[in-house]
Parts: sequence; structure tokens; C-alpha cells
Amino acid sequence: MEITSAFGPVYDAERFGVRLVASPRHADALLVTGPVTKNMVGPLLKTYEALPEPRLVISLGDCAHNCGVFRGGYGVEGAVNDVLHVDAHVAGCPPHPQAIVEALRGFTRR
Amino acid sequence: MTDSLEALVQLALVAVGGPLLLGVMRKVRSRLEGRVGAPIYQPLLDLRKLFTKQRMRPRESSWLFGTGPLVLVATVVCVSAISPLATTRPPLGQSTDFFAVIFALLLGSVVLALAALDTGTAFGGMGSSRSMTIGALAEPALLVAILAMAIPARTSNLPALVRAGLSHPSLIASPTRILALASFLVVILAESGRLPVDNPSTHLELTMIHEAMVLEYSGSDLGLIILGESMRLVFLLGLLVNLLVPWGVADRPGALFFVIGLAALAAKVLVTGVAIAIFEVFTAKMRLFRLPELLAGGFVLALLGAVTAVVAR
Amino acid sequence: MNHVSVLITALAGLTAAIAGGALPVRSRVGATVLLTWVSCSAALVAAVSVLHSGHAIVMSTSKILPLTGISLVLTPLGAVFVLTIVIVALASTLYWLGYASHGLSSRSASSALPLFVTAMILVPFAASVATFLMLWELMALTSLVLVLSDQSRREAARSAAQWYAVMTHVGAAAILLALLLLSAHAGGQTFAQIELHARHLSGALRGTIFVLALLGFASKAGAVPLHVWLPKAHAEAPGPASALMSGAMVNLGVYGIILVGNVLLGGGPVWWWLLVSALGVLSALYGALFAATTSDLKRLLAYSTADNMGLVLIALGASGMFAASGARTTAAIAMVAALLLMFNHSLFKGALFLAAGAVQIATGTRDLDRLGGLLKRMPVTGVVFLIGALSVAALPPLNGFVGEWLLLQSLLHALPSANTAVVITVAVAVAALALTGGLTVAAFVKALGIGFLGRPRSEEAGHAHEVPATMQLGAGLLAISCVALGLVPMLILPALERGARTAQRVGVPSPVHGWISLHLFGLRGVLAPSLLAGGLAVALVATVLARWVSHRRSRPWPALAPAEPWGSGRASQTVRMQYTATSFAEPLERVFDDVIRPARDLDMSHTAESHYYVERIAYRKSSDDVIERTVYRPVIAAVRWWGRRARKLQNGSVHRYLAYGLLALVIVLVVAA
Repeated sequence: MEITSAFGPVYDAERFGVRLVASPRHADALLVTGPVTKNMVGPLLKTYEALPEPRLVISLGDCAHNCGVFRGGYGVEGAVNDVLHVDAHVAGCPPHPQAIVEALRGFTRR
Repeated sequence: MTDSLEALVQLALVAVGGPLLLGVMRKVRSRLEGRVGAPIYQPLLDLRKLFTKQRMRPRESSWLFGTGPLVLVATVVCVSAISPLATTRPPLGQSTDFFAVIFALLLGSVVLALAALDTGTAFGGMGSSRSMTIGALAEPALLVAILAMAIPARTSNLPALVRAGLSHPSLIASPTRILALASFLVVILAESGRLPVDNPSTHLELTMIHEAMVLEYSGSDLGLIILGESMRLVFLLGLLVNLLVPWGVADRPGALFFVIGLAALAAKVLVTGVAIAIFEVFTAKMRLFRLPELLAGGFVLALLGAVTAVVAR
Repeated sequence: MNHVSVLITALAGLTAAIAGGALPVRSRVGATVLLTWVSCSAALVAAVSVLHSGHAIVMSTSKILPLTGISLVLTPLGAVFVLTIVIVALASTLYWLGYASHGLSSRSASSALPLFVTAMILVPFAASVATFLMLWELMALTSLVLVLSDQSRREAARSAAQWYAVMTHVGAAAILLALLLLSAHAGGQTFAQIELHARHLSGALRGTIFVLALLGFASKAGAVPLHVWLPKAHAEAPGPASALMSGAMVNLGVYGIILVGNVLLGGGPVWWWLLVSALGVLSALYGALFAATTSDLKRLLAYSTADNMGLVLIALGASGMFAASGARTTAAIAMVAALLLMFNHSLFKGALFLAAGAVQIATGTRDLDRLGGLLKRMPVTGVVFLIGALSVAALPPLNGFVGEWLLLQSLLHALPSANTAVVITVAVAVAALALTGGLTVAAFVKALGIGFLGRPRSEEAGHAHEVPATMQLGAGLLAISCVALGLVPMLILPALERGARTAQRVGVPSPVHGWISLHLFGLRGVLAPSLLAGGLAVALVATVLARWVSHRRSRPWPALAPAEPWGSGRASQTVRMQYTATSFAEPLERVFDDVIRPARDLDMSHTAESHYYVERIAYRKSSDDVIERTVYRPVIAAVRWWGRRARKLQNGSVHRYLAYGLLALVIVLVVAA
């Protein structure tokens, strides 16, 4: 939801050259939210592999970084950086849309 | 010699103008939504980036997959160079037939649809199927519209049609041409995948028509497809405005007239593009199975145009 | 010289048939094919010489057939058709060499095929009613044998043969009636005599003759609503036979219409040609729609034949109407367009059917829903089908586009000075052409995309491998001619113009001329197919170069990587998740639901515990031919009912039969008196 807000009229990430696309093949970066559950490891890896090189992973929120309140849960496999190499992290629970935009600006350098 | 040079410059304008028009339309949309939006030249930057990215192809696809984007761009490039966009005397202009141009563009769409089926995914098949259905239903409107415009001018040669408009302004104000061009506009919206036929920025696969065909492309393939599609939109809009409002098109040889022609083309296409973008903001996408009604409406417009053309003789 | 070639044609064909019936298996097909080639080459020589010189070949003898004699004359019009048939026959028999190891090698098939080819080649030569009808019947019977060969145990093939037999003979009866009426009133049975006397016949009689002949010949050409045999017979016939039937035999239906309408009767009032155009529009739309919605590969191609023949009929009708209203230039152009459309159709449909035959051999199935991934496994067949499909769809730079352009130009230029009937016809024809074109594109994207691209949808498709070289060569020859004619249609246009001029009493000199670009006589319309193709090629090369340049910088990852197709990250992407031919056609089917009216059967069974949980769903959908279901089956049922009623007349009593005979004799005597 914060992502939608970040691309909405108030925070408007698009003016810095960032766009949400429909397919990972069209994308440069993968935004991952929340901890990685056991069922989602496969799909997450598949999605990552579907991105063409050069690719980035950005983990969003405290749960993606260290599982947050879900640490140790029976369905949780780990944090995002346990499964993939993470290039940037946006802290917060939930992360503020402004922080998301700042993280994205770091990559577009605008 | 100057002919070929002019053709290349015209082609370059269309090639650069395509992504620019895309950027302008997105900017208009953003502004009307209350945001600042990306700068106008953003699609050009996106294209430059895409050409440096890796290309991926489905493991079991054949050589046709990579050929799709190439043929799409090749057809648009070819017709852009030989059509009366900035000048009424393009190279090969004698044989630039309206039907030939339209069928050449159709070749690009067909090869893209085949390439989408080559991906072996459900999305590709869906995009291909819907795109071909819409194409099949739009074609009667298109051909009858061309017929309607060709009857008063007694030829279907494109430069001749534009010249006829320049020399006989009464041809343009006639109900025939207006009805035919209205129908042509409906077909352009359908074939280019703009609202209300198709939402170009949707993320919901089940609502996609054109986008679904390109979900599997990446890197320079994707770059070529985006370039080809935007060039096609600019080209078709260019034809539309030159048939509706031909003033500014270079009718006499000379560099000055040619430059004026280029500027006129750019201005006219820009205005039309902005108008379409504003229209898109206030329109919702139509249900897929209501589209035949829209296209049938376009056909009726074209038919009326043809009837008035014959009756007016 | 020319007489010798005609004799060789006939004799070589006959010898080939005998060889096919008499020789042992190993040499049967080879010898037959060789002799058939001799026959075809001789016919080719004769046709080319007639087209080149413009003079007809005339031969007649009263010795072979008693009472009527045989009379053979080859006019430039006939030569055009002979040329078409010979090209398709050469390619198909070459293909047959490789096909013979999988079928069509029995004695009956090996003697029927060359006889079929010879009969087809000689039909345009026929110059008397008896010769014509004899050759026509020979053609029908031999093709019937071919449809049935190797498959007489399959129910579908037997039913197809039955439908074909009945309909071709009903058509032959109509033609017989028409030709008999002509010869009776003209006082002689040679075409020359008929031509002389036909203009003195009354308008009503000429109209009746034309309508009868039209019905008979249109049925052979596959015009809707007389087409129901076509999807059955062409789909069930083995590879080379279906290519010959669709690529060569249907042309003779067109030949017959031109023969009776233009040559023998010398042209007629507008309503004749309106009828031809109406049949054409109906066939084109119906054929294209059903091609777009069927998932049987050969049935799709057969419906597409009906569609293309519809286009030819539209062109013929347009030509006749323009001639009847005095617009000679557009009439000439329309006639050339009709002949070009027919010629192109033979080439690309022949190639498509040969490729479809190869697919059937390699995978054992015709069902598109079970094919896929064949372009990688059968590269040559795939490319042949690609070229054929792009040609049918009338896309530049292939030959289908030139024919379609020519037809559009003739329709366009007829409008400025025209009466109401012509105006309405032209408008309807252009709309029909456009819709047909769109539907055909959809149909062939489906056939090519589902059949050859993507991943194989069944085991058999996965194990397919390329067919023998002769089969590839046969199909490839036709595909290459499609490309050649698309780039340089002027190769064949002068010949077609000669043929068109024979068909029309008053013609225009070279209605379509020029070498690099096609110019229309006296009208503003130019097309330069080779220049357009050149432009496309240059643009393609430029695009490829641009892409190559952008890849030159070396990077740590591979420039092109094969990967799993993106499926929203789901665990397994099975082959079954791809689109099938049925799903591809579904949007179109929905739009045209009222016309197609498929029969749908949905069977849901629920679990014992609750009605809300579905245990099993079975969905069946069948879309058979609408006209067959709504027109033919009731007619057949009615005929059967009358037959049962009439049985009462046969009660076995000899006295009653003698009374019937007496009654019939009395009636005949009364009428004759």
C-alpha cells in the first residue's frame, strides 16, 4: 500500500524516472515486502531469475530485513537477504513512502 | 539524392518522435492526475537503458521469437520513409499506395502475434488471440474508410490523396473525408492499443490485449517493440492529420519548405496526441466483448463516408 | 509440334495410370511419377506456346469416342488454367514420391492419381460438350478413389466420400443440363458452334442455362452454400490428393463459370454477375469465419479454399457487372484480378496442404490442439507453412497481396461512374473483402502459431521429425513460387492478360502492365511489390545492425539467455497451460455466435456432501457446418421420408410394374406429339 502511495500524486516516484511495470522481464529492480515464507521461496526465486541482468533487489520494511514480528514463525523461511542478495533496504514498519522514493532515487541518481 | 536525405530526416523525426510522443502523453496523464510525472524525454532514456540490458528468450521458443520485434520495427521504418508525412513527394512516392502501407503495417502485427504464441505461455496466446480478433473486426472499417477517401480523389495513392487535399480544400471539408477520418481514428485507437480499447499501462494480465503479447520480451527486443509501437502511433497519427489538415506539408522542393513540413508534422501530431491523452484520462476501458460494437460503429461511419462519396458525384 | 505435345500429354497420362495399376510396389510410384511428369511437361509446353503466340491449338477426331468424337482446343484462357494445374501437379507428384512410403501406394491410388492429373489438365482443352463431360466425370471419379484410398475403413473418410460423390454428381447433373440445353438449341455440340448460335437464344433460356451452370460449377469450386463436401473431402483426402483437389480442381469450377458465362454465352445482363458476386461474398465470409473457428488443420485449409474461391467469384462477378454496364477498363482489370487470385491460391494452398500432409505424417494427427513446437522439429515444413500462411493472409511482400490489391483497385475505380447495383455491390464487396481478410489472418495466425510454435501439446508432436527430402522439395517449390510471384508478379501477368482477353469479347490492351511496378491502364494506381520488399529488407537489415551495434559492449552476463517462460512465478508451467486453437478462436466465436451456433454440452457432477463442491466437469463443444446442419440435413431427411413413402409403389407385383411402364409410355407419346 505504501508502494502505491509512493507512486501516487503526493510522493510521485515517477518524476525521478521510476515506473512500475507488468512483468519482471521489463523490470530492473525487484521490490520485496515482508518475510519470505516457505511457500513463497520458489516463486520469489523464479521472479528474481526472470529479471534480466543487470538486476537489483530492494527489500522493503523491517519484516523483509529481519522478519520483524514474524521471526521464528512456523511458516517463515527467513528474511529476504537470507534468500537473495539485497542491494538496498528501506527501513520502517511500514516504510514511509518518502523513504521508498529516496531509496529508488538512489538508483536512478535523479 | 535530396529525396533520400529528406526520407532519412523524416524517418529520424518519426523515430525520435515516437518515444517523445509517448512521454508527452504520459506527462499529460500525470498532470491531469495531479502529479508532476516523468519528464517528456523519459521514454528515450528508458530505450537507451533497455538496449544495454540482457535479452532473454523462452527456452523452447524458435527463431521466430527474436524475429518479431525486428519485423515490427522494419515495417514501420519502411513505411515511415516512403509516406507523405513532411512532404508530398517522398521517395518511391509514385508507388506508395494506401493499401500497401496498411498491409505492410499488418505484416508487423502478424509477426508479433506469432512471436507471442511462440513463448508457450498462456499470456502470449491470450494477447495474440485478442489482438487478432480486434484486428479482424477493425479491418472492414479501415478498408472502407480508405475506399471512401479514395473515391473523390480517384486514386488510392497516398501522396496523391494528401496533394488532393492541398489543392482542393473542399475535399477536406466534405462529409466523406470527415466521416472516413473519424472511422480511421477509431481504428488507430484500436490497433495502437489505446483506451477505450486497451489500457497501455495496466498490470492486470486478464485485462491486457497488446501488453500480454510482450510480457516475455526483455532488453533490446523490448526496446525495439516499444520503439516500433510508438513509431507506428506517430506514423498513423501523421497520416491522419495530413489527410485532415494538410497545410504545412511541403508541396514544393526546397529545404525551407521541408523544414516547415517537419515542424508542421511535429506540431500537428503533438496536438492530436495530447488530445488523445486527455480523452484517455476521462475514458474507462471497454469490456472486451463490447469492442465489436465500437468497431462496428467505426465501420458504419466509414460506410456512410463511402456512400456520401458516391452520392456526391 | 503443339499437337504432338497434346498427344503426349494424354498418352503419357494414360500410360502412367496403367503403370500405377500394373507395376509391383517398388517401382510403382516412381515410374508413375516419372510418366506423370512427362505428361505435365508436355502440357506445359503446349500451354506456354499458346500463351506466347496467342493462337489456339485445335485438334479433333471422331474415332476415339463413337457418335460424338473428341474435340480439343486450347485457347489462352484454357492455357492459363492448364499452367496452374501443371505447376501444382508437378509439385504434388514430387511430394508423392516421398509420401508413398506412408500411404497412397496401392494399385488403385497409383493409377487414379495420374489419371486425375491428366483429366484435370485436359478439361480446359475440351471443346465439345461430350469431351467436357467425359473428362469432368473422369476427374470426379478418380478424385473419389483418391479420397477413399488407404482409409476406406474409417467412418469419417467413408462419409466424406459419400457426400463428395453425391454432391459432385448433382453438380455434374446441373452442368449436363445446362450444356445439353445449349447444344440442343445451338444445333451442334462443339463449343465453336454453340458460341455462334448462343446469342440468338432468348434471355430467359440464357438465364436458365447460366444459373444451372453456375450452380454446378460453383459447387465444384466450393462456393457456399454448395460447399459442404469440401471441408469433408479435402480434410480426409491424403496429402498430395488434397493439395491437388484444393490447388487444382477447384480452379476448374471457376473455369467452367468463365466458359459458360463469358465465352459460350458471350456475357450477360447484370443480374447474372450480381448472383456470382453474391455467392462470392457469402463464400468468402462463411469460409473465413469457419476457418477461423475450427481446430482441425486440414478442415481449416479447406474452408480457406472456399473463402479464396469466394474472392475469385467476387472478382468474376465484378468483372461481368462492369462489362455489362460498359466500364471496360475496370472489367478487364477485375478479370485479371480474378485469374491472379486463382493462380496465387493454387500456389499457396498447394504448399499449405502439402505441409499439412507432412505434419499429419510426422505426428499422426490433424488436430491443432495436439500440435505445437513443430517449427523447431520440422524446420522446412514450418517455413513452407509460414510462407503459405503469410500469402493467404495477403501480406506483402508475398503473392496474395498483389491479387488482393488488384481486386481492390478494380472495385475502387469502378465507383465514380456506376449504376446503383454496381455501387452497392462494390461497397458490400470491399467490406466483405476486409472482414474476410481479417478473419483469414486470425485463422492462419492460429494455424501457424498453435500448430508450429510454442511447446508441443502432445507426445506425438514432441517426437515429430522432418519428412523425407522429396516431400520438402515438393512443398518448397510451391512456397518459393509464392515468394517469386510476390516480388515479380509480372512473370505471370502477361499470360493472365492474354487469358482474360479471350474471356472477354471486348478487352482493353494490357490492363495491368509495367515491369518493376504495376501500372493500371488509364487509371491512377501503382504498386511496386519488389520495391516495397526491397524497402522492407533494407529496413530489416538496418534494424538488425542497430541491435548488433548495441550489443557490442562486452558485459559479464550473456547477451541472450534462454530462460523459463514467465508464468507469474507459479510452481509448474505445464504445456497444457498454453493457448489451444479452440481458446484462440474463442473471442471470434463469441462475436459470431449467432452464425456459428456451436452445440455445447456441459456436464457437472457434484460431490455427495454438498451441492456446492463440484467433483467433475465435462465440457464438449462441437461446431459443425451450419449450412449442413440447417439446410442439408433437413433436405436429406425429407428425401428419405419421401423415399419411404414411395416404397409403397414397389409391392413386387409384376402387373403393377407393367402398368407403370404403359402409363409412362402414354405420357411420353402425348408430350412428344
